[in-house]
Amino acid sequence: MKRMRTYPPSRKVIAVLAAALLATGVAACGNSDTGGSGGDDGTITLGFSQVGAESGWRTANTTSIKEAATEAGIDLKFDDAQQKQENQIKAIRNFIQQKVDVIAFSPVVESGWDTVLKEAKDAKIPVILTDRSVDSADKSLYKTFLGSDFVKEGRLAGEWLVQKEQSATGPVNIVELQGTTGSAPANDRKKGFAEAIAANPNLKIVASQSGDFTRAGGKQVMEQFLKANPKIDVLFAHNDDMGLGALEAITAAGKVPGKDITIITVDAVKDGMQALADGKFNFIAECSPLLGPQLMDLVKKVHAGESVPARIETQETTFTQEQAKEALPNRKY
Amino acid sequence: MSDPKAYRALTTHRLFWPVVVLVGMLAANTVYRPGFLSVQMRDGHLYGSLVDILRLSAPLILVALGMTLVIATGGIDLSVGSLCAISGAIACLYISRQPDQNSVGGVLTALALGLGVALVLGAWNGVLVAVIGIQPIIATLILMVAGRGLAQLITEGQILTINSGPYKAIGVGHLLTLPLAIFLALAAALLVAAVTRRTALGLIIESVGGNAQASRLAGIRSGRITFLVYVISAACAAVAGFMMTANVSSADGNAAGLWVELDAILAVVIGGTSLAGGRFSLGGTILGALLIQTLTTTVYAMNISPQTSLLFKAVVVIAVCLIQAPGFRARFTRRRAPAAGPTPVSEQPKEQVPA
Repeated sequence: MKRMRTYPPSRKVIAVLAAALLATGVAACGNSDTGGSGGDDGTITLGFSQVGAESGWRTANTTSIKEAATEAGIDLKFDDAQQKQENQIKAIRNFIQQKVDVIAFSPVVESGWDTVLKEAKDAKIPVILTDRSVDSADKSLYKTFLGSDFVKEGRLAGEWLVQKEQSATGPVNIVELQGTTGSAPANDRKKGFAEAIAANPNLKIVASQSGDFTRAGGKQVMEQFLKANPKIDVLFAHNDDMGLGALEAITAAGKVPGKDITIITVDAVKDGMQALADGKFNFIAECSPLLGPQLMDLVKKVHAGESVPARIETQETTFTQEQAKEALPNRKY
Repeated sequence: MSDPKAYRALTTHRLFWPVVVLVGMLAANTVYRPGFLSVQMRDGHLYGSLVDILRLSAPLILVALGMTLVIATGGIDLSVGSLCAISGAIACLYISRQPDQNSVGGVLTALALGLGVALVLGAWNGVLVAVIGIQPIIATLILMVAGRGLAQLITEGQILTINSGPYKAIGVGHLLTLPLAIFLALAAALLVAAVTRRTALGLIIESVGGNAQASRLAGIRSGRITFLVYVISAACAAVAGFMMTANVSSADGNAAGLWVELDAILAVVIGGTSLAGGRFSLGGTILGALLIQTLTTTVYAMNISPQTSLLFKAVVVIAVCLIQAPGFRARFTRRRAPAAGPTPVSEQPKEQVPA
């Protein structure tokens, strides 16, 4: 306990801490738009709470929503929750007070939404979930969930491989770079891929590890895969970034990515599409962030009282090397 | 062992057990895959899992070196991970704006910029702790949280990809067939060792960690020393940040250096430095960092499933910490051989962490 005396908790300490807390508090509120209430002049007001700006994917998602709102003539009140659920709950309560016509949000986490969604329901404001879902048992708390089907992405990747290797006579060794352990995209992409490749018993996953969705993680894991498995034919990475990291490991091992090792990834961000167009990747299943136009259509339908399906998939596609070369110049993210 | 005295001296050395665990892990890997230890020549440099371990542990060694000095003064620096992300992001941003990304001058300027900002932020930490007197864990927590945001602000929330040969060399280049990164880490270690062990500085740092008030009364400027260690820690983190971003030729404000502060603290503790301050071992820290990286590489090399790998790591770390603790070992030796005599428990009088 002697050490405590070196740093006495003085008034100065408390003052600095309070100032720091105040600063973060102000920053957190700084993004919410507080002006005006909608619905009176015929234009639809949409309150949207975004997760944050943690990746290029998310930034493209935000841009898409903002642009689509302008195009559709919808008054958008945008809030950035900076990865914090409490910010998001605060934003939704603000939207309710402002009496917006529709609320949409990408939940930071899956649980803990029942109370605030009930408040929105009581205020008769319809709610649309985008990109990520919530685990509320009461499905009447939200109108619909618009987002990617991660299982399908994994399945599309697997089906392409089955197609490519249909004439293979010997075993085809696959290594898998998983996303963050326990995350929905990692679990679902793994599941979809495994289901699809079960069609051909020659296709075998010989090693599967988490690369945490990062380039550094993908590279580090791939380095060991290459040393532990003398014959790797295929790499399936749960996102482009891990695939890009693995590229460097493959090159360092003296192999040619895209030729010696077939590389399949998910996402289709710009760097990944570039690698695909350059022939370093072989196939990408898209996970599109550009769901703005679809969201605005839904907002109009929900506002008009039309019924919508409870689950709507984002319009997504897949890319081969040739398709990537064509699509790359018009890619937004 | 013919000489029981020498045997006891060896087994009670504080780095004996970490070395045993490290060797044990390498042995287990070799049993699992006989080629694990083999190193071959490829493209004019050495290639193998051992080389990977050296290269990947270099950033952790650097961060942990700075952390060792901070902890020796009784403090702690939680902001190093964010500092890695910031320095790497600044360097990559500057290089990405250059017309010729391969120009050595441009890369050197980028490094100077990244290092400069890190030094300023380290000085901020130092002022909060040494001048204003905030508890180190709180003072550096501010930058740990805010710094991550700052790094994302610099990269605008994107992953910044660069294509610069000279910068890439920091992460994956080679010198004398070995990774350049390990030489950089080694040079930093030798520099810190020379400055702290060949001069009185190391003793002064330990004295401040032992009792800052008494040191001040004895004529040591405690505040200045405390300030200095945070700046050194930030400089180490900056260079580590360059290595991390150079390794993948891209700056990821969200993921670069994430949780490295915890690995660094662990490396320092495994190396036998007391968290209460007053004593430090640079060699132990380097050994600790190598042990942590070997553990990570083992998980991948043995293909331990991601769901169980965290548990596996935890078990190994707990085992290392327990067998290192003299009190824990004493229970076993006393039960088995009561004649072995009292274990020098007084060797580590300040092992407990202040609440």
